[in-house]
Amino acid sequence: MLNDLLLLWSNRPAISLALWLVVLVTVLYLARDPAHQLIKSTGRAIYRFMRSAARAIAQIEQRAIHRNKEIILAQGREATEKFIEREFVRINEIVARDLSHYPALHRELTDAIERLENDYQAATDAPPLPPEWLSVVQTISELPRQGDPVVSSILENIQDEIVSAHDETLKAYQKSSAERHRLLNALQPQWRALANKLSKTKDVVAITQERADAVDKHMANYEAIRDNEDSIARSLTASSLTQFFIAGLVLFVAVMGGLINFQLIAMPMAEMVGGNSYTGGFKTSDIAALVIIMVEIAMGLFLLESLRITKLFPVIAHMDDKMRKRMMVITFSILFILAGIEASLAYMRDLLALDREALKQSLAGVSALNAEFRWIPSIGQMVMGFILPFALAFVAIPLESFIHASRTVLGVLTVALLRTVIVSLRLIGGFAHQLSKMLVFAYDMLITVPLSVEKLVRQGINARHSGQAELPRPAVESYLPLEDAEAEPPVVEKPKRSRGRNKTISELDADLAVEKS
Amino acid sequence: MKKRLLMITLAVVLSACGQPTPTNKAVFLLVDTSGTYTEELNKAQSILNYLLATLDSGDSIAVARIDSGSFSEKDVIAKATFDERPSMANDQKRVFKNDMDRFVDTVKTGSAHTDITGAILQATEFLNETGAGQKYVLVFSDLAEDLQKGHIRDFPLELGGIHVVALNVTKLRTDNIDPRDYLNRLGLWQKRVVEGGGDWRVVNDFDRLDTLIDGQMVNQI
Repeated sequence: MLNDLLLLWSNRPAISLALWLVVLVTVLYLARDPAHQLIKSTGRAIYRFMRSAARAIAQIEQRAIHRNKEIILAQGREATEKFIEREFVRINEIVARDLSHYPALHRELTDAIERLENDYQAATDAPPLPPEWLSVVQTISELPRQGDPVVSSILENIQDEIVSAHDETLKAYQKSSAERHRLLNALQPQWRALANKLSKTKDVVAITQERADAVDKHMANYEAIRDNEDSIARSLTASSLTQFFIAGLVLFVAVMGGLINFQLIAMPMAEMVGGNSYTGGFKTSDIAALVIIMVEIAMGLFLLESLRITKLFPVIAHMDDKMRKRMMVITFSILFILAGIEASLAYMRDLLALDREALKQSLAGVSALNAEFRWIPSIGQMVMGFILPFALAFVAIPLESFIHASRTVLGVLTVALLRTVIVSLRLIGGFAHQLSKMLVFAYDMLITVPLSVEKLVRQGINARHSGQAELPRPAVESYLPLEDAEAEPPVVEKPKRSRGRNKTISELDADLAVEKS
Repeated sequence: MKKRLLMITLAVVLSACGQPTPTNKAVFLLVDTSGTYTEELNKAQSILNYLLATLDSGDSIAVARIDSGSFSEKDVIAKATFDERPSMANDQKRVFKNDMDRFVDTVKTGSAHTDITGAILQATEFLNETGAGQKYVLVFSDLAEDLQKGHIRDFPLELGGIHVVALNVTKLRTDNIDPRDYLNRLGLWQKRVVEGGGDWRVVNDFDRLDTLIDGQMVNQI
């Protein structure tokens, strides 16, 4: 069919092809204007459609950003409220525990100070002085004796009296000093007790001050959240992303622990539910082992929920304390029983392993060996079987963080995806627009020959009418499609330049017709 | 959307509750006890030990001898379907091994004739009764059939879905004179098995026993 068409004009393919080419170029030349319009309008349509779609998605993106901010601020507000509440509880505990005794402490301090003051006053009493006349008597006793035995005797008596008076005064002084020292000694423990009490009071006040500073910090955050500040939203988002990755890491560790747990109980479970039973393509023993692990995790979730460590189930959080405690006991009991079952399964696994090993040795014709210290791995497996369920129970904490943080992460990912789509749409639109221009050029390249002929004709006409009219532009530019894109109404909001545009061929033709007429 | 979700859920539930495809295996080992082939019985013992180590809970195994008239339950030395509990299955394997050891000890002289076709028929009957997912007939013989006068065995075999593996196909004295006899013998049996819908293999190298049965023993310990 194609060959028939090719050889329509002549039996020689080259001639026929050349004729076809002439026909094709002629048709293309004649259909130049509508073809240009078609290409350009298609490009513009795609461009406008992509721009409109990008604008619509940008609105969705803005809504997503707004929604994400609302959610992150709500989460942050809730967390800050919890922080502040907890700080107030701590301050209340400090005040109730330490500062409630402050009136008694104040009274003790006042009493101690009063006692100190009295003792101090008592310690400052002046010691007894020697009598005033003693200096006169001493002067007399020191008079020259001049060899008179009577005078000498009298003076010696006076001297003795003076010495005896000095001794008495000294004794009185020593007694007084001893008394003062005793009082001062008694002051020392009182000072220390007073210093201790003041130190304790200072510590309590410092702790209270620390808590107050923490409350101030959280209150500042809370106010920032209340004011919808972007900085706090960014900070909360970053914190949430960190939480997401940390919780994800811990969950990964928990999954690994779960796999070890699974390996520990899957084989002995075959002893209970059969090793050749299948459910939905999976071994029933494997499913049973998996179910036990899942139930353990669920019990752990409920236990931590009952302890109010996590808040994944509002129903449990809203229970009254009595019911909550009952639930705590029940979940812990189930967890304990399951841990016991796992320990026994782990022991059974060890027995089965020994049995299988013995059989293999028997089949291989090797006598079975009694390995020493075989009880160590047995005990180890049992302990692992008992501990792992309790360890898995704590997976509720990272799970809660992961779930809360995943909302933020999903929001961020959604916004990133929407932005990528917007950029892609704009790129596609721009590419389509530019491609339409390129296609117009390519179209004109196909019909270069008739266009060149047209150009020569126009130049001839121009030469003839050079005195009458002057074309603003060379004719060769007339078929350039640059003017088409610029002549069109603006596609984007910003105004397009309209000055100095080239005339289209139809306009030039019209000009020529006017000139001819 | 809801309807679609409901349909998918229903399909999953129904597929889970449906009759599952059996995944267990059934193996029938035929041991040639004719003529001088009784000297090869120790090798059959090692093959059986390998099978016992390979097969697991829910799998079936049987051992029968090939003698003058093998289409008979009397020729079945031991058979067992292993319990679903691994510990019980291990006990069954021990008992099975003891039965085989006892049989090898008792065989002193070979039978006068070799009825391989009858033995394969007997094995096919057992394997089809087990309803196993994978069925194997292991023929431990030189494949030289020597029927007793009056026994009719020249009819097509029905071996659909059964893998037939010829083990330790030894060369006879006449094969050394004209090796084409050996090749013709193998070709004849292959033709009979394949025409009967079965799958035919020959394993003479015992170092490659791991290719004997699909699905290797998974060391779960």
